[in-house]
Amino acid sequence: MATLATVRQVAPARAAGRWTYGLEPREIADGVYLLRGKDEHLSVENGGNIANITFMTTGDGVVLFDTGPSRIYGEELKAAIARVTDEPVARIIVSHAHPDHYLGSQVFEDLPIESLPVVRDVIADIGDLFTDNMYRLVDVWMRGTRTVAPNKAITPGREKIGGRNLEFIALGGHSHGDLVIYDHGQQLLLAADLVFMDRAPTTPHADLAVWHESLNTLQALPLSTVVPGHGPVTEGAQAIEQTRAYLTWLETTLRTAAEQGLSEAEAIALPIDAPFDQLAVVEEEFVRSISHLYGDLALEALDPVN
Amino acid sequence: MIRAAVVAAAMSLLVNPLAAATADPLNSGNWDWVRGFLFEDAETVFDERVVVKAPKFAEDNMNVPFVVDARGLDDVQKIVVFADSNPILRVLSMEPVKAEPFIAASLKMQQGGPVRAAALTPDGVWHVGGVFVDAAGGGCTEPASVHAQDDWMDHLGEMHAKTWLQDDGSQRATIRAYHPMDTGLADGIPAFFIERLDIKDADGEVLAHIEPAEPVAQHPSMTVLVRPEEGSAHLTIDGRDTEANLLQGQTPLDWDLAS
Repeated sequence: MATLATVRQVAPARAAGRWTYGLEPREIADGVYLLRGKDEHLSVENGGNIANITFMTTGDGVVLFDTGPSRIYGEELKAAIARVTDEPVARIIVSHAHPDHYLGSQVFEDLPIESLPVVRDVIADIGDLFTDNMYRLVDVWMRGTRTVAPNKAITPGREKIGGRNLEFIALGGHSHGDLVIYDHGQQLLLAADLVFMDRAPTTPHADLAVWHESLNTLQALPLSTVVPGHGPVTEGAQAIEQTRAYLTWLETTLRTAAEQGLSEAEAIALPIDAPFDQLAVVEEEFVRSISHLYGDLALEALDPVN
Repeated sequence: MIRAAVVAAAMSLLVNPLAAATADPLNSGNWDWVRGFLFEDAETVFDERVVVKAPKFAEDNMNVPFVVDARGLDDVQKIVVFADSNPILRVLSMEPVKAEPFIAASLKMQQGGPVRAAALTPDGVWHVGGVFVDAAGGGCTEPASVHAQDDWMDHLGEMHAKTWLQDDGSQRATIRAYHPMDTGLADGIPAFFIERLDIKDADGEVLAHIEPAEPVAQHPSMTVLVRPEEGSAHLTIDGRDTEANLLQGQTPLDWDLAS
């Protein structure tokens, strides 16, 4: 007879009748806090908590970079911020238009939600499709979550907020528009999904040439600490180099396959070369990336007929 | 007595390879219906020599790549590719006249389910292989994305192709055509798809005869392994769609393995 003991325990946790992610901010630099996501795919097991969400105190209020995958996450995020600082949330900034990064935004709606204009537009146009997809993949954790698009265009450039010398840099390549935050005083980079560490980069809206240019821009900065969108924090540019190496390997491998006439289904069966075989979820992301990239590469290998 | 009969029947299932070969390895609920619809009274048997490869999860349900390789069977007359859970079952058929029993292409999937291929041998038996593909829904009832462009008709039927000489002397050939491959199931858009694509040698002899159907993906790319006569200068592509538009052209053959 099946009992509750045989029901799969859903992590993070269902404690005292509430769904909870158990968010514990970790201070990674002076006044800079990280909520580290799991290096997995979106699932009901992880509640969609797969992205790194960061916030920083400034003396003049908290700057929050991204808001997580769901309303429940947003509520816990708000409470977690209040546990570590008395500073109110002053700025909410969305890095890019991927739903694991911004679907906690409704909890902060009394403040402007800032992003690059293209990010605002994408979320306003097709955000509901992304939200539907999150409901399908992440299930009950999404309860009560609705699409809230950014409503204020952020001005790229340097800005002094409280005691911090920040720079908002508008880049792209991972997606339609990718914003990063660089702290000049701490030489600390919040890179969002332009940079992945020990976790395979994702390419659903990628332009690889632009992505490489963005990585070059980032690597030119003096870097003590890099916070990737997914994966552990690194000192120095290691994470940028790893992302660049993977994207180069990916494009070269697929281009070579296309030039040999491999069909898309055959390309999926290609092995993942070391050291990239060690990246979290690389087998799944490689197959996804083929869906995103191989059509164009395969066409480039053919000649016009008529 | 009855118990012994039940045990005997169960044992016969275990030892009878044909019985085992007719049990659907993908456990699809409607296999019997699909089998009857496509193959009627012909004998079908599940056969690992018909290898179908496709992704486990369809990232894009309007473009799910697959490859069918039945080279483990002798003298394949015809291959039929089909998807159990699609409203239109048949994806494409192919006769490997002077070609390997091998074809790669992409399909649209209305929901997750089996993607299968059946290879017909001269004894009239269909050998069936397949894999399960998980997919989000709607691939057959959404409009093809070309309809969002004003000038798509200008490019209709444009083709790209190339050939690659293989170690075994066959020629790998990929043909890609610009075509919406409308299923007719999207609101207001009638069915409109490439229904025949013949790959011929320079003398006009058919090497591979392909009959795509509605579920083939937009801008279809098809890869085959054909066997034209050595030294043949080019392949001729001769196809047409359901509005009788012709898709015709040539793609050169290279016989120098070193190049």
